[in-house]
Amino acid sequence: MLSTHNLLTIDNLSKGDIESILTTAQSFEEINKRSIKKLPTLRGRTIINLFLEPSTRTRTSFEIAAKRLGADAINMTGSASSTVKGESLQDTAQTLNAMACDLLVIRHKFGGAPRILAQNMDSHIVNGGDGIHQHPTQTLLDLYTMRKLVGDIKGKTIGIVGDIVHSRVAGSLAPALNALGAEVIFIAPPTYLPSQPELLGASVNTSLDACIQDLDILYLLRIQKERADGSSIPSAREYSMLYGIDEKRAQKLSKNAFIMHPGPINRGVEIAGEVVSDPRVKILDQVSAGVAVRMAIMYLMLGGEESGITA
Amino acid sequence: MALLLKNAHVCDPQTGVNEILDLVIRDGVFAEIGKNLSIPKGVEIDCQEKIVIPGIVDMHGHLREPGFEYKETIASGAKSALMGGYTDICCMPNTDPVADNASVIEYIVKRAQEQSFCRVHPFGAITQELAGKKLAELYDMKQAGACAFSDDGRGIQSAKMMRAALDYAKMFDVLLVAHSEDETLAGNGCVNEGIASTKLGLPGQPGESESVMVARDMHLARLTGGRVHVAHLSSRHGVDALRAAKAQNLRVSGEVTPHHLFLNETDLDDSYDTNLKVNPPLRSIEDQEALIAALIDGTIDVVATDNAPHASQEKEVEFENAAYGSIGYETALPLVYTNLVKSQRMSLERLVEVMAINPRTLLGLRPVKIEVGSQADLTIFDPTKTKTFKAGSFASCAQNSAFIGKKLYGVVTDVIVNGYHTLQDGKVIAS
Repeated sequence: MLSTHNLLTIDNLSKGDIESILTTAQSFEEINKRSIKKLPTLRGRTIINLFLEPSTRTRTSFEIAAKRLGADAINMTGSASSTVKGESLQDTAQTLNAMACDLLVIRHKFGGAPRILAQNMDSHIVNGGDGIHQHPTQTLLDLYTMRKLVGDIKGKTIGIVGDIVHSRVAGSLAPALNALGAEVIFIAPPTYLPSQPELLGASVNTSLDACIQDLDILYLLRIQKERADGSSIPSAREYSMLYGIDEKRAQKLSKNAFIMHPGPINRGVEIAGEVVSDPRVKILDQVSAGVAVRMAIMYLMLGGEESGITA
Repeated sequence: MALLLKNAHVCDPQTGVNEILDLVIRDGVFAEIGKNLSIPKGVEIDCQEKIVIPGIVDMHGHLREPGFEYKETIASGAKSALMGGYTDICCMPNTDPVADNASVIEYIVKRAQEQSFCRVHPFGAITQELAGKKLAELYDMKQAGACAFSDDGRGIQSAKMMRAALDYAKMFDVLLVAHSEDETLAGNGCVNEGIASTKLGLPGQPGESESVMVARDMHLARLTGGRVHVAHLSSRHGVDALRAAKAQNLRVSGEVTPHHLFLNETDLDDSYDTNLKVNPPLRSIEDQEALIAALIDGTIDVVATDNAPHASQEKEVEFENAAYGSIGYETALPLVYTNLVKSQRMSLERLVEVMAINPRTLLGLRPVKIEVGSQADLTIFDPTKTKTFKAGSFASCAQNSAFIGKKLYGVVTDVIVNGYHTLQDGKVIAS
């Protein structure tokens, strides 16, 4: 059981909640390696994936997680861009509530939208990424992956590189790492930095080369091509010159350090094609952790303890 | 019929009065002012404990008619204003059709005359369709009853256009009210760039998107000799630009809203309360303090509500999709009284200046002074009484107040317009 009914932002979770999720995810990761991966734990439960912004990877991860727990997973997609056309989010929420779903995952292009669902629904609401605000389940799978790689996160130095101000991934990862005692550095050009990085628990270094050797984890963010058009940075090429991980920079990174990325990666922009196969790159570990962590969240929210797991 | 106000705390810095007095009103004007007055026949009103000031005027509001009557009408907005103590209000031209020609102004004037809650003075648009490209017919609109001009809601982006408007308007000596927002810098920012944008993950816009425009318009006021009034100041650097222009004796003035004076970006907390989505956005605590200081020191001339009614379906949506604005008539006087006068940061005289005298002067309305012979327009409020503002309790059609839940002193009890009692003990007197 979690201390919170909903997972709207990462700070909804207590340290104990995070601990439960990460521990429970371990059991599920085991199950995901079996040939028969399906459990009856959430049989008869209804989980809706309401994705109002295009996403394949995250939605698939949630869908697999729900199905492996035996729940009925329904995917809904649509556009959230218009207030004039179609149904309001409030009405969508009330409609889905009337259908009696047990847990709803919301992906939305605007920050704060999951709150509207929480205010209008009885089911558990999980934020599957809201605008440029937060992406708490990504943060939990990142914490899970990091802990497996480096053990206790406390005291570790994590550099997050890329378009921080537009990144919901950084928006929840940085405060979570900070709360767990890690040192977080935003490494980006000033045009990619939020107004007050300290509020997210991070310090700033605009030079990757000045601090890459100090990092335990190098966390790369995807560079949106449409934001590399001269308005914030001159070009993807120049970004890559300053912040891209080529073989030379990979050599400067400690051999005990790791490279993570929430995906999908832009080969040749934030990371060179040759570096992707470096054993320190753990992107696929993050992807598999994603399924286990999302299973753990669903399991703990829907009170699965009663039926017990047979891991 | 004569009215006698007994034992009122009368305050009017225009005449220097700030004491307990009796007032006799006859034929729409003040007939006698003094102590221990009596009238042979008429109505006597006990004003013990109450403060009586010249009728307050709001120079910035949206009444939504024509075109958006589902949000508010001239009558419902005027009723809300009367409840807030206003004798005169203005309405911005961003209606549908836009009030950018004499016939729409005439329509608004006619609709305003069909109600008797308070006087309504329409603003005309500066540019056709509020598009910032071509001057609207300012003279024709002025003849039809437009009291001032503004492209409120969107700043005039072209300096050349603003210059032409200022030059042209000089010959009628009318006020141009500037919505100061550089759209290239503001972008899609819907909260302040700072704590709000960082913590809420919402697009931010810096205070400088206002201050660069204020600075531009101060330069244009110098170039043209025209009159610029800066609407809804929100940033400390915008205030600095106005202060510097005033030091050069330019014909400039400025206003601030109660929500920018008494709220800041941290009030958004993590609530995503769309009633706090206003344009310009609530800014930092430093900006808020600078606005208060500027109101007290005279840099800012006017408190104006920017009353912006919206239907619930336009506010009960995602923050980024929500309409901008808060209603403001019913809370303005209690907010200024409670937060500035009662707390002794600002004098009662200054409240009268910024809410009654200065807007009248700037707009060229008929002066109201508490002296024998002057038009008898009064706002009466009880400084000892409190009211907690709740959604559903506003007289406006709309309930989108940024101050829901606030308990405030200075409840408006009575309004007198032209010698007529239009609000009595908080109740509207129909006529």
